[in-house]
Amino acid sequence: MVSGNHTAHETRVAAARPDVESAEWLRALADMGPPREAALARLHGLLVRIARREVARRGPRLAISGPELDDLAYQAAADALLAITGKLGQFRGESRFTTWACKFVILEVSAKIGRHFWRHPAVPLDAEDWDRLPGRFGFDPAQEAEWRDLLAAVRRAVDDELTPRQRQVFVAIVLNDVPLDALAIELASNRNAIYKMLFDARRKLRAALAANGYLGHGIVGHS
Amino acid sequence: MNGWPELDRFLRTDPRDVGCAQAMDMLHVYVDLVAAGAPVEERYPGIAAHLRACGPCGEDFEGLLAAVRGEAH
Repeated sequence: MVSGNHTAHETRVAAARPDVESAEWLRALADMGPPREAALARLHGLLVRIARREVARRGPRLAISGPELDDLAYQAAADALLAITGKLGQFRGESRFTTWACKFVILEVSAKIGRHFWRHPAVPLDAEDWDRLPGRFGFDPAQEAEWRDLLAAVRRAVDDELTPRQRQVFVAIVLNDVPLDALAIELASNRNAIYKMLFDARRKLRAALAANGYLGHGIVGHS
Repeated sequence: MNGWPELDRFLRTDPRDVGCAQAMDMLHVYVDLVAAGAPVEERYPGIAAHLRACGPCGEDFEGLLAAVRGEAH
């Protein structure tokens, strides 16, 4: 994973003059009195609409439903509105204002779903059931003779190559199916740090499998 | 053996991957370009690589793109 100056061209674009609709949003939100109140109400309505659609889109894959899901959407919209009004000065006109604003509510929905996971976790964080590994990657039990050695090599590489923290992240996400955002909350970390840890773990495991001759049986390698 | 492709996808890492923080920082710009049909994978290969590999960021990308397209109709 690259970082820092190497990717500056992907993360910085010149601030641009906002389009007409975005400029109108900014003007109204910077106004005083009734015009600002009206703009805030319109923005809140947009955020609620987006949040409800987003939780409905994700709902089938979540252990949340009904009024609880709707509450989550309203809370996400309220928190996003607060964040947006506090960061209006950071809008640089690189996108439409509404896209920038909607990003806040989508990220709020993600964060709230991550926090919700720990109310009813399916598996304790420290569980370590390696029998789940074949199913995780879709290996057919009827063909165990073909993949037994490979998965044993994966387990050895997890034990030998990963740092304790990388191992903890691997076990939680891969074996215990803990969502990455939920794990970040539990470990008092953040999505980026957990992803980076898992990224490094994946790279190490692939290298270890290659070094031990396991690549080439269908894993077409580039790392 | 049939689990190879899934394991392969999981272990494969793209050195261009910019990580979650930078991808999320630019998500609104990226989504507007996607919605407009621009060639974003050429302009932002590291973000594209990240969104393919990171489940949560990919989910946020899909959600924001659906929001933008939903509001446009």
